[in-house]
Amino acid sequence: MGRHALNDDSVAVVIGSGAGGGTLANQLCQKGFKVVLLEAGKQQSPATFRNEEWWAFNQLAWLDKRTTSGTWQIAKDFPNLPTWICKTVGGTTVHWAGASLRIQEHEFTAKTHYSNIAGANLLDWPLTLAELEPYYAKAEFMMGVTRTNDIPGLPGNNNFKVMYNGATRIGYKTVNTGRMAINSQPRDGRSACWQLGFCFQGCKSGAKWSTLYTEIPKAEATGRLDLRPESMALQIQHNRTGKVIGVLYADKDGQHQVQKARIVCVAGNSIETPRLLLNSASSTFPHGLANSSGQVGKNYMRHTTGSVFGIFKEPVHMYRGTVMAGIIGDEAAPNLKRGFAGGFEFETISLGLPFTAAFLKPGAWGREYTDLLEQYPKMAGMWIVGEDMPQQTNAVTLHPTEKDAFGLPIPNVHYDDHANDVAMRNYAYERGAAIYDAVGAVKTIQTPPYPSTHNLGTCRQSEKSADGVCNKWGQTHDIKNLFISDGSQFTTSAAENPTLTIVSLAIRQADYIADQSTRKNL
Amino acid sequence: MKRREFLRTSALVVAGTAVTASGLINVAGAGESTGRLSTLNPHEASTLLAMAKRIFPHRGIDDSCYLKVVEVLDANSKSDRAVAKMLTEGIVALDGSGGTKFADLKENEQIAALEAIQATPFFQKVRSTELESLYSNPGTWKAFGYQGPAYASGGYIHRGFNDLNWLPDPPEWASPKPA
Repeated sequence: MGRHALNDDSVAVVIGSGAGGGTLANQLCQKGFKVVLLEAGKQQSPATFRNEEWWAFNQLAWLDKRTTSGTWQIAKDFPNLPTWICKTVGGTTVHWAGASLRIQEHEFTAKTHYSNIAGANLLDWPLTLAELEPYYAKAEFMMGVTRTNDIPGLPGNNNFKVMYNGATRIGYKTVNTGRMAINSQPRDGRSACWQLGFCFQGCKSGAKWSTLYTEIPKAEATGRLDLRPESMALQIQHNRTGKVIGVLYADKDGQHQVQKARIVCVAGNSIETPRLLLNSASSTFPHGLANSSGQVGKNYMRHTTGSVFGIFKEPVHMYRGTVMAGIIGDEAAPNLKRGFAGGFEFETISLGLPFTAAFLKPGAWGREYTDLLEQYPKMAGMWIVGEDMPQQTNAVTLHPTEKDAFGLPIPNVHYDDHANDVAMRNYAYERGAAIYDAVGAVKTIQTPPYPSTHNLGTCRQSEKSADGVCNKWGQTHDIKNLFISDGSQFTTSAAENPTLTIVSLAIRQADYIADQSTRKNL
Repeated sequence: MKRREFLRTSALVVAGTAVTASGLINVAGAGESTGRLSTLNPHEASTLLAMAKRIFPHRGIDDSCYLKVVEVLDANSKSDRAVAKMLTEGIVALDGSGGTKFADLKENEQIAALEAIQATPFFQKVRSTELESLYSNPGTWKAFGYQGPAYASGGYIHRGFNDLNWLPDPPEWASPKPA
């Protein structure tokens, strides 16, 4: 069984190989740790990716059944597919579009800054921007983020030209091709961007950063990584003193295995991470691991999103080139005059014809809809990504009756839009339409949210152990050698695409684990 | 026998479309219909074809793209008996007792009949299968002017990713020139 023995209790087990887990595994290997990296999905590579939306979706997406509840549109449009994330080596870094933005200083103190918002379970991060800044810098260098480290910005495509002209005509100032973890020139053994499009389907040129072909091979080169694809973690085991000692998982043949561990780091994305902790309940921890606060699975956030598409008289061909080709930053700053707390970005988005048909108006059919679709070559698109409010009742819970292939309860994802989320989305829809109207849109379309790719907050960081699941290093308050290493640890969602922050937190967590390990504190 | 009858049915439909909408883009590709059916009978096939053309109607798409949808449903029926049963029963219900069969109704009558069943699993199955198949069909892509997979052609870096000329180019600080 791979490089490290199942009974080797000196290894660190990392569960999930995406932005958090893949980065952490490499950082730990570089520091001399032996790491077993459990990944539920299969190994792919740029050579096995395909520029076809449905085909790639079936190859890469996490399709295990989930249920949904709540007032969010997702529960109606995609009741068994609340998320659009990946089950593959590299996790959702295979699918992400590359936007790499730092969380703003005031967003780390949302509770203080936004004061009391009824129904919101706001909390300040136990972490400040100043503490995270050195790690943001490391992450940007590691990922080759454009417009940092003297790396030029990417050239804008047609979709960006429409956004830029419309946005600047209505007065926006911060409009450019953004900070992207996509090579604008060859770097780190990877090529410059070919402007393929299909960023969501796995980057076949390798220009977009993904742990699949950056951090994971670097970890393997140390000789200390034992990557186990198609290995689904089922339960984290602990001893009588309450320390975790191993992980029960189903291997690629469906056989149960137990990997012993001295440290366990969970990075399964914000649905599976709390689900695993809840499914690991024992007589010592009847409410699940690391759940003395009762906050495991709670405060689920998914960003306030939606899209605006514009139809023009002339061709755009939005699908040519990078999916997120440009960002408008003006609305990210706080401004209560707009009628809501928090901010948002506009980012170009493009879908191929198959996914435009699927997502433009979910469930629609008939002539009126197909008349719209026939305007496809003349469409431009933008995505709204903004801060959503944490709510105690927005939660990942275990389904009372339905079980997965391994006999474990499947997750239910409950989400009610907060009034603040609704106000932000409606404002953003209007401003997005104004951008396209300013450059002659014949028609604009408000497209409801896609299944969530930004899943956050279900094991949040907190200063006090009663308020959250882990501390500012992602170490769980209850169990010293158990860590949360993905977006689950976000205390609040902030307005920015989360990957850069997840990666920065993972680099920082590795330093902390190494330090605590040296001090024999784990 | 089944297969021959279906081919005849579909040939008639194709011919009919070609007459009413001349100058269509006729394309063959990976999504091209084979005309082979294993499970659906000819009446079921022609009913599903008629449904497919009402659910996502496009004047410019070759009939083979719609036939492909029927073939996918046929393959689903073969591999999953529950699907076969759902389709068979759904078609019986759609035709109703006595009177004109769905496939022979006028366009507005077909639309009304589909609106009446749009919440059923049967309709949802046909719609979702068609959604995935029709818009993933290279024949449909051509009709729409969607260029499809880009990797084999080297992406769009030299093929018009920034060729839009009805708006001014953004300044270089916002959008640098390609390296």
